[in-house]
Amino acid sequence: MFIINCPYCGERDQSEFSCGGEAHIVRPKQPTELSDDEWAEYLFMRKNIKGVQFERWNHAHGCRKWFNMVRDTSNDKIHAVYKMGEKPPVI
Amino acid sequence: MTKYRISKTKFVDQTKTVSFTFDGKLYHGYEGDTLASALLSNGIHLVGRSFKYHRPRGIMSCGSEEPNAICQINDNTNLTEPNVRATEIELYEGLKASSQNCWPSLNFDVGGINNFISPFIPAGFYYKTFMWPKSFWKKVYEPLIRMSAGLGKSPTVPDPDIYDHKHEHCDVLVIGGGISGIISAKIAAKNNLKTILIDDKNVLGGSTIYQNNKNFLIDNKKSSEWLLNEISELEKIDNLTIKTRTSLAAYHSYNYLLAKENISDHLPLNKKNDSIRQRLWKIRSNKVIVATGAIERPLVFNNNDRPGIILANSVKKYLDFYGVSSGLKNIIFTNNDSAYETALSLFEKGISVKIIDIRKKSTSNIVKNAEELGIQIFWNSTVVNTIGYRKVNSVEIMDLSEDGSNVTGNIKKIECDCLAISGGWTPMVHMHTQSGGKLDFREIDQVFVPNEKNENQINVGSCNGDFELEEIIKNTNNKIKKFLNVNETDFDKLSVLGSKEFEKKNIWLLPNTISEGKTKSFIDFQNDSTAKDIKLALREGFKSIEHVKRYTTTGMATDQGKLSNMHALGIIADTAGVKMGALGTTTFRPPFTPLTFGALVGRNVGKFFEVIRKTPIHEWHIKHNAKFENVGQWKRAWYYPLNDENLHEAVQRESKAARDSAGILDASTLGKIDIQGTDASEFLNRVYTNAWSKLGIGKCRYGLMLNEDGMVYDDGVTTRLGENHYLMTTTTGGAANVLSKLEDYLQTEWPELDVYLTSVTDHYSTASICGPNSKKILKKLFPDKDFSDEAFPHMSYQSAKIDNAECRIMRISFTGELSYEINIESKYGKSLWESCIIAGEEYKITPYGTETMHLLRAEKGFIIVGQDTDGTMTPIDLQMDWIVSKKKYDFIGKRSLYRSDTIREDRKQLVGLLTDNPNEILEEGAQIVSELGKKPVEMIGHVTSSYFSPNLNKSIALAVVKGGKKMKGQKLFVPMESKNINVTVSDFIFLDKENKRINA
Ligand SMILES: [Zn+2]
Repeated sequence: MFIINCPYCGERDQSEFSCGGEAHIVRPKQPTELSDDEWAEYLFMRKNIKGVQFERWNHAHGCRKWFNMVRDTSNDKIHAVYKMGEKPPVI
Repeated sequence: MTKYRISKTKFVDQTKTVSFTFDGKLYHGYEGDTLASALLSNGIHLVGRSFKYHRPRGIMSCGSEEPNAICQINDNTNLTEPNVRATEIELYEGLKASSQNCWPSLNFDVGGINNFISPFIPAGFYYKTFMWPKSFWKKVYEPLIRMSAGLGKSPTVPDPDIYDHKHEHCDVLVIGGGISGIISAKIAAKNNLKTILIDDKNVLGGSTIYQNNKNFLIDNKKSSEWLLNEISELEKIDNLTIKTRTSLAAYHSYNYLLAKENISDHLPLNKKNDSIRQRLWKIRSNKVIVATGAIERPLVFNNNDRPGIILANSVKKYLDFYGVSSGLKNIIFTNNDSAYETALSLFEKGISVKIIDIRKKSTSNIVKNAEELGIQIFWNSTVVNTIGYRKVNSVEIMDLSEDGSNVTGNIKKIECDCLAISGGWTPMVHMHTQSGGKLDFREIDQVFVPNEKNENQINVGSCNGDFELEEIIKNTNNKIKKFLNVNETDFDKLSVLGSKEFEKKNIWLLPNTISEGKTKSFIDFQNDSTAKDIKLALREGFKSIEHVKRYTTTGMATDQGKLSNMHALGIIADTAGVKMGALGTTTFRPPFTPLTFGALVGRNVGKFFEVIRKTPIHEWHIKHNAKFENVGQWKRAWYYPLNDENLHEAVQRESKAARDSAGILDASTLGKIDIQGTDASEFLNRVYTNAWSKLGIGKCRYGLMLNEDGMVYDDGVTTRLGENHYLMTTTTGGAANVLSKLEDYLQTEWPELDVYLTSVTDHYSTASICGPNSKKILKKLFPDKDFSDEAFPHMSYQSAKIDNAECRIMRISFTGELSYEINIESKYGKSLWESCIIAGEEYKITPYGTETMHLLRAEKGFIIVGQDTDGTMTPIDLQMDWIVSKKKYDFIGKRSLYRSDTIREDRKQLVGLLTDNPNEILEEGAQIVSELGKKPVEMIGHVTSSYFSPNLNKSIALAVVKGGKKMKGQKLFVPMESKNINVTVSDFIFLDKENKRINA
């Protein structure tokens, strides 16, 4: 059970949050221009890293804001949290 | 005093007798006893039968690692509890305990026959044997396994006890109240840190609290005296909370821990009253100090499982703590010095003791002490056999060969009534590994010790691999000073006298003259796996410790292999010729010891188990005899039986009334999302498959929402209330998820859109009136309103007032009938509903529930998302091409609608099904085939909705069938258990295809 530092609310228990999977996957601006393979790449392909991973999290039982988090999946150390649209930190 | 209660101690109050029964027989013990110590004081060792071979088993330890003494507590069906360790339960007046896994009785056990056929029950026996013949499964194997397997009996009625949960926050949590835990807690608390010390026993002090041996002095006092004084000082410190009878169950990341406190388990039956039984503490601590100690290892030799064979340190605890001698003629069998403490305790009390040591010598103080006292020691020897069926009565020993791999010389037989064994110590690293920590292997004494990487967690004492008194005190003090940033402590200049062990030797599987196949050298006592099983698994090709563990079931019992894992690893390493450290260990998972379900659920039982949502009209439904169904957390009126109607009869009547005159439905549970902002129209364009820009103000439109993968996600009608203002409705079950999904897209993909979302599901109550007479009823409710088709057409909205309360009326239909939905602020919901009922009286307005609603929409071929769809249906599969905009450049899921997979023609598609016999109703979920008698049977689809339609006077069904779109008129079959039902594929709109009724 992590303690997550919501960029809007501060430190809260993990039970208030939900994880939305890998971060920084941008929805293609022109999906119709994409081949099946390219669309499948966006739609289905996700990394599942043992180590430092960039993730989307939602403060579902709090401010309901989405934000990004850098977490090491091997030891659950959270390296950074930052707002949507902000540049990912270099870890 | 009984024969075995040989002395008084300060931990057991011999003035307070406690009566209890074991297997129906009355016994006595004292306050302060555990069930195990009380049994031993009565000379009882045999307490159970082993799991697989049903061998007699006795008490083996004094703590949570106990594999054998596992009892069923109490016999009232509601208070009974299986799998309770006799070594952990405190004795109380009226306790009823019985042995488990024995049939018909402990002393005569039919399953014991497994012991004699055991050569035929090797590792993986279950996997290998019960494979064939197939017909044996139901009648022979399964009943056999069920009868002989399993531990204990579950209660048969609900648990009457109260359980509690509580959150706690602190600076420092110390787990374990032994000497190192006490030193740690004192340093932390004295340095102004809010500290909690927990220990699973009722008395603090671990094994030091009864250490009276003169070879171990602290500050020139007996260790026990010194520690007792420390504890009394500890109790005076304000910012320290001590919780005894509290065992740590789980250690999660970020120092979040669960601990279970026993509150009334130890009280006499008549004093438990309504007290809370157990409390689960949810602790978040800044820093955690793990001081959980070590577990003594058994030794693995032939017949090492007989009653009377006990871990050496447990023999000492029973003697020095409880005043109970496990035997009167003791033999100690050891590979290390610690068991000599047990020998000295026995000797001091005048009890006969001999020692067998696998080492050639030991030059430590304590061994010298034993030798000086004249205690007989057999050096360089091993036990090769034990004798005695219900209790050990003698052992056979032999000399070890030079390298220890074999035995030499003659067999010597020595009589005994207790064999105390010690194979060294295993640090309890469970907490460290549960929290994600890794381990290092220490070659010299073959132990895994914590590899500390977490700056907020530390391990001290023997769980850190410090076994000798001096190093425990010194290392604990130094580590804690650094950990808590403290300069000076009370323990800096403490003088400590101990006994240093110089000679170390370990043999994981002791040698024997007889071949391995004929010995019974147990490793996992609870699951009955032997050294032979481990070796067999290796021969059969298993290499990974995790696989060997599962194949042999070693370490898989309720004790999670606390005593067995290390020996299993050691034997694997020896056999495979690899280093133990390279093998790694198996994973320790929470809980450390089994938790009751009660402690886990706490107060969240019965009506507190889950939130129940009721509509404002709920009370009316109850008054009118409604039966309810659960839709998500909502209670929805399902049907309203009159007199003694059943579901079918009520639904037939309700649906007929709705089509013939008027029906009314409580639609308050539908999800409602208020959407505002200058980009609201654009937003709807992107989330729905159809176009929204041109929807006029005051108009309604049905929308279908997809996932990005093109599959139908939700549907509902959205109304344009103003230029930049919409009200979206969602399915009842999907409301929360739809809101989350919309928020996700708004915040992450389209932050440039000016759109605001508000969930208003609970704000409005909805009465939906349908049927040919609905317009007349509305006219009575709102006399000033023009309800003509010109002024108020289908798919439009108007506001109106009823007694000054604002209403939103939508003319929309989910039944195919002329229909109005009246939305009003929730607080007026019931009153509006009652007004509708009064206004509709002359038209016999009939309240109908969700079942009738489902039937009415099925007659019209309207889908229900989640019933006719399952996350694999595109709008095209549902034959809803009409709602997918060809003009819009993009919307969620659009690109996926022409992926190679989604354009396949043989996808499952929505069709109607008519049974050849119009009175036969299909079962929802039934499989559909196109050919009978073909093997293997090819399932081409399944029934999703099925009803008997009173309006059509025949059975109708919706189904999804591979390539169904092109199968209209084709005959298919629905095979059921007793018959095959013949069906014909039809249009899925069964009634009023021309939509005449909505304008009737
Ligand atoms: Zn927040």
